[in-house]
Amino acid sequence: MRTLLFSLVIGSVFGSWALAATPPAKPTPQTVAVASTQTPAVAAPSALPATPNNPGATAAKAPAAAPKKMQTNRGFTISMFLVIIAATAGIVVWASKSTSTAADYYAAGGGISGMQNGWAIAGDFLSAATFLGITGLMSLFGPDGFMYSVGIIISFLTILLIIAEPCRNAGKYTLGDILAFRSSSKAVRAVASLSAVVVSIFYLLGQMVGAGKLMQLLLGIPYKASIIGVGALIIVYVALGGMKATTWVQIIKAALLMFTGLVLSIAILWKSGFNLLGFFDSVAASQAIQDHVRGVMKHTTAEPGFDYGQRFLELGLFFKNPLDQISLGLAWILGAAGLPHVMMRFFTVPNAKEARKSVVVSMFLIGAFLIMVSFLGFGAALYVTPQQITALDKGGNMAGLMIAQYVGGGAGTIAGDLLLAFVCAVAFATILAVVSGLVLASSAAIAHDLYVNVVKGGKADQGTQIKVARVASFFVGAVAIVLGIACENLNIAQLVGLALAVVASANFPVLIFALFWKRFNSAGIIAGLVVGTVVTIAVLMVSPNMTYPKKIAADAQKVVLAMEKKQAAGAVLAEKELKALEKARLDYAQNKNGTSLVGLDAPLFPLKNPGIVSVPIGFLVTIVATLLFRNRREEEMFEELFVRQTTGYGVAKAAKH
Amino acid sequence: MAEMEINWAAIASHPKFVELHRAKMRFLVGLWVVGATSYFLLLIGAITAPGLFNTKVIGRLNFGYLFCLFQFVLSWAIAVYYTRKSNKEFDPLTKELVELIIKEKSQ
Repeated sequence: MRTLLFSLVIGSVFGSWALAATPPAKPTPQTVAVASTQTPAVAAPSALPATPNNPGATAAKAPAAAPKKMQTNRGFTISMFLVIIAATAGIVVWASKSTSTAADYYAAGGGISGMQNGWAIAGDFLSAATFLGITGLMSLFGPDGFMYSVGIIISFLTILLIIAEPCRNAGKYTLGDILAFRSSSKAVRAVASLSAVVVSIFYLLGQMVGAGKLMQLLLGIPYKASIIGVGALIIVYVALGGMKATTWVQIIKAALLMFTGLVLSIAILWKSGFNLLGFFDSVAASQAIQDHVRGVMKHTTAEPGFDYGQRFLELGLFFKNPLDQISLGLAWILGAAGLPHVMMRFFTVPNAKEARKSVVVSMFLIGAFLIMVSFLGFGAALYVTPQQITALDKGGNMAGLMIAQYVGGGAGTIAGDLLLAFVCAVAFATILAVVSGLVLASSAAIAHDLYVNVVKGGKADQGTQIKVARVASFFVGAVAIVLGIACENLNIAQLVGLALAVVASANFPVLIFALFWKRFNSAGIIAGLVVGTVVTIAVLMVSPNMTYPKKIAADAQKVVLAMEKKQAAGAVLAEKELKALEKARLDYAQNKNGTSLVGLDAPLFPLKNPGIVSVPIGFLVTIVATLLFRNRREEEMFEELFVRQTTGYGVAKAAKH
Repeated sequence: MAEMEINWAAIASHPKFVELHRAKMRFLVGLWVVGATSYFLLLIGAITAPGLFNTKVIGRLNFGYLFCLFQFVLSWAIAVYYTRKSNKEFDPLTKELVELIIKEKSQ
């Protein structure tokens, strides 16, 4: 049965590669060029000049002649991918042999050391979005990307100081275990489980969509085939290997990522003669960067005396609204700590001391990596130039890969192509590892909380528990594939941000009160989780993150009017401009009568991040519901939980079976 | 389960437990507030106080950039400080308490 499933999925993975031999039918609008030997580089010239954000790209003269596509050596890239798949599959087979109880499956039998768990947590946080997204943000907007990184490292303070040890002491496999400690209500388990699944799916979708886009851009594999291939691999990994395999895949990937960051940042520093101040001087002196900054600031002509190069090194080029900043900050500092797949990691170590150690180890790893990423971002801006980066991907997501190819010697050189292929494969491993952790967390919530504790009333033998968990991971994986295909055009960062905001507004207040507030009860848990989640999603639905067709139409109309005015004045439009005009007219016609998903013409809520509204509402609702429906029995149970979570008495129960 | 016979309320109100919990909370919440405050100062200051944040400190490096770097150093320092304090103070106290619980159970 096991081997059958395994060969089935491996077959489908290779099938998706075979599919890749046919060139992709239609590239997405963001995909400027698909890197594949069969597909000629299709430059989309209308994409850049038409966006108000990037007028700088047209102003750039410096490296204008360079080709607008990512040249990869497919042989190298595919071999590297196969090595990664073979290595991880080996781990899964090894781990599946020692997985026989539920504790093995969900928590690796409590046998992961603090050091190992630290690497694995670092792996959970260093997703492809972190690596590629932040490098891109920095390469286009300077230290604002670095400020974003600070959110990640600061979120660890909450994990370290408030969450890690009490969770290790009080929990078993899931958040549901901690919440259900005092409450015997089945509704609490059910809601906790649903909440974990919803959050993980949002987070997971962001990773899946990113994976699909990356594979499409790098290997020329069609989006759908990539999603199915990645999803199938992950189902096998999680279903067979459980927590032990997931942890080891995560550790190896984190090590690969650290190595990559180290090699690339040393190469960049070496190129600047290991002179850090000189490196920043050259960044500020770069004509391409200066032009780009002028474009971002929408100065049509250079203001005399304004130091555009220095502006690139200053904060606030990307983040401009202080309220939005606070909102984002809240999502990070409260949200990351309650992510189900992160919490679950603390149940894999034997005691609170190891839990603490694992957080400290991961803080040093993640911090070091984020600082290295900042060199990659600045290096990409200096050596690859923002114009080249946006030409390949408007969001800058390819910057990390482009700088890898550059420091290796550039496109076409063996070292350049090898390094690029290596970094691509690492990015792929990252996606596999992070999604595996998420699928495992969701399947634990379904199998352990929903099936074993709600349906079976806590009575199910080990064999059944594991079987159910495997089936659950299969279903979660299948759902991830279907949604991943459906959400192709959603903004990735938005999905991850949404997951963080939901956790900060719903799971975090409930978790904190469950651990530290005597009067807290089932009513508070259910109200907090449900209202917190619903409010966050509702605010997001009316926020500027959604697509507002009328706004697109208005922007397109502006372009049309400007072009027509130019034509009326007697100027002859270049081919590029004619294409832009055509596209703008089409955009206008398609969008002028549309409304957003919830039927709005314009956003009701002005900020991109819902946290500043949803977090206080989440806390308030939780408190009010608790006070309204007092439950003496649950209050009496508090002392036991309180003593246990402070002292760690009785935790060995979960670790040894 | 035998553990049900433990008088949890008695342990929760035991002076040693109360002392440990208070000391731990004061320490942990204090550190968390320090970290969180400095983070929000960065987020808000970066936009509302460009004068200060754009001041060049070393070469081309400005205050804002160095403040970001400082956040990393601060987080690491908090992590190390917390580990030391736990190993030296909290862990031995916790051990005493667990022994107390076991004694209580055996009675």
